[in-house]
Amino acid sequence: MLTRAAHSVTGTEAVGPYTLLRVERGRLDPGIPGQFFMLEAPGRLLPRPMSLCIATERELGFLIDPIGPGTRALCSLEAGERLAILGPLGNGFRLDVERPQLVGGGIGIAPLPYLSERLGSPPAVLGFRTEWHAEAAALLPGAEVVVDPVPVTDCDLDGFDVLACGPEPMLEAVRERNPKAQLAWEAPMACGYGACWGCAVRIDGELKRLCVEGPVLDAAA
Amino acid sequence: MRLLNGSGCLDAVAAPDVAGSLDAFVTKTVTPRPREGNDPVRIAEVDNGMLNAIGLANPGIDRFCSDTLPRLVGLDVWVSVGGFATRDYVELCERLDGVEIEAIELNLSCPNVDEVPESVGEVVAAARAVTTKPLYAKLSLAVPDVAETARAAETAGADGLSLVNTIRGLALDERTLRPVLARGAGGLSGPALRPIALAAVHACRRATALPIVGMGGVSTGRHALELLAAGADDVALGTVLFSDPAAPGRIRAELDAELAAHGFVEADNARSAAHAVEGSTLDPKSRLSVEKHLHTRLNVAG
Repeated sequence: MLTRAAHSVTGTEAVGPYTLLRVERGRLDPGIPGQFFMLEAPGRLLPRPMSLCIATERELGFLIDPIGPGTRALCSLEAGERLAILGPLGNGFRLDVERPQLVGGGIGIAPLPYLSERLGSPPAVLGFRTEWHAEAAALLPGAEVVVDPVPVTDCDLDGFDVLACGPEPMLEAVRERNPKAQLAWEAPMACGYGACWGCAVRIDGELKRLCVEGPVLDAAA
Repeated sequence: MRLLNGSGCLDAVAAPDVAGSLDAFVTKTVTPRPREGNDPVRIAEVDNGMLNAIGLANPGIDRFCSDTLPRLVGLDVWVSVGGFATRDYVELCERLDGVEIEAIELNLSCPNVDEVPESVGEVVAAARAVTTKPLYAKLSLAVPDVAETARAAETAGADGLSLVNTIRGLALDERTLRPVLARGAGGLSGPALRPIALAAVHACRRATALPIVGMGGVSTGRHALELLAAGADDVALGTVLFSDPAAPGRIRAELDAELAAHGFVEADNARSAAHAVEGSTLDPKSRLSVEKHLHTRLNVAG
């Protein structure tokens, strides 16, 4: 059953170039880490898919990179304003892992703080383009941080249950190193619930509808 | 008035509750052979609308009949069919003639199908010859005069019209200035399409007495009312379903309030109101179409 309801913004804060948008949790189910929510972008036709970054008893936090009109509108929201949220949607990470290792790249670190909390703060490595972007690593205390040109895949991934989210080249590199990894992919979406077929991504030569088949997929799938 | 979805805007297998909240579910277009669809990126938001270039991704008629259709039990199903030659439509309609479905919608708006009225007439006539199912012709606006195409569809034996499909648009990336969609251009839907849909429904209502499913940018009850007033019998929702899966219930409630505010007892009373107001200025042939349509509708309703 799809549930969409309006939630109040409790605040926003800059995290490097990104914005952490905090909303009242209300009766919203935070779901499984790696699942996503469709956030109404004020003044725009389509909502934007965002994974959950932080879940507390009273608030849910979404980390947003203001790269287009929709994400800029979301980052410009002010406390007290309301937005409709649909979710949680899609398939999240499997949490029954023995030796978790989190890997994140850029805005792809978004789901990792919530994932880390649910897994009991396992080791994590985060990669960023610049020192400014790397300020977002503060959301995941204790994580190893690398900045371009050092790739996150330089660290030891062998023997770990890797859970990764980041740009496609990073996910492909992780997959090569660790075929058992769980990878969270990203694509533009119109609906988030399997209606539009717009979020297809070609993985291993096959088109997958990320919203219903993903966004988390096994590397070897 | 029935509330439907526009073909391509809903997947009843992925979202059965949304499909169940409509009076009928229109499938994504099915073609004779499976189609993977276009490479990503397939969608882009633009000012007042969105573009899509999904590329008729579908499992093909065989797997549609064996795998998809059995999962749509309980829904009034309209199957949208598409092809690249008349024989494709014939094959699809033959297959669907013996299947439990409500209607067939001929997607006559594929980029690779010749769009001139003669061709629409040819496809509709060929489909008509092989099925007794109600046949709705979904017309393209990429023609000089959609009303002429509508007349051709009616003459060839169509039972109704679906108006309108998307129209071609292009979006460029903010930074690179290259097309956002992998395919380049895509079909424009959403609010930008609404006045275009209204004009097409209005023109086709004057040209034919066929039932019309109006669609294009409907996101409120007021929008649905305007399509009815322009001459639609039924209304379909498209892009609004992407942002609001609860849109069918909301729009129905809003439409009821709109009808009451305008003094209409029910949706049927609002039908073709845009024509009735200026009825005296209609040429005799157009007035005949509108009156014949209203008469038919009232008989059906009665």
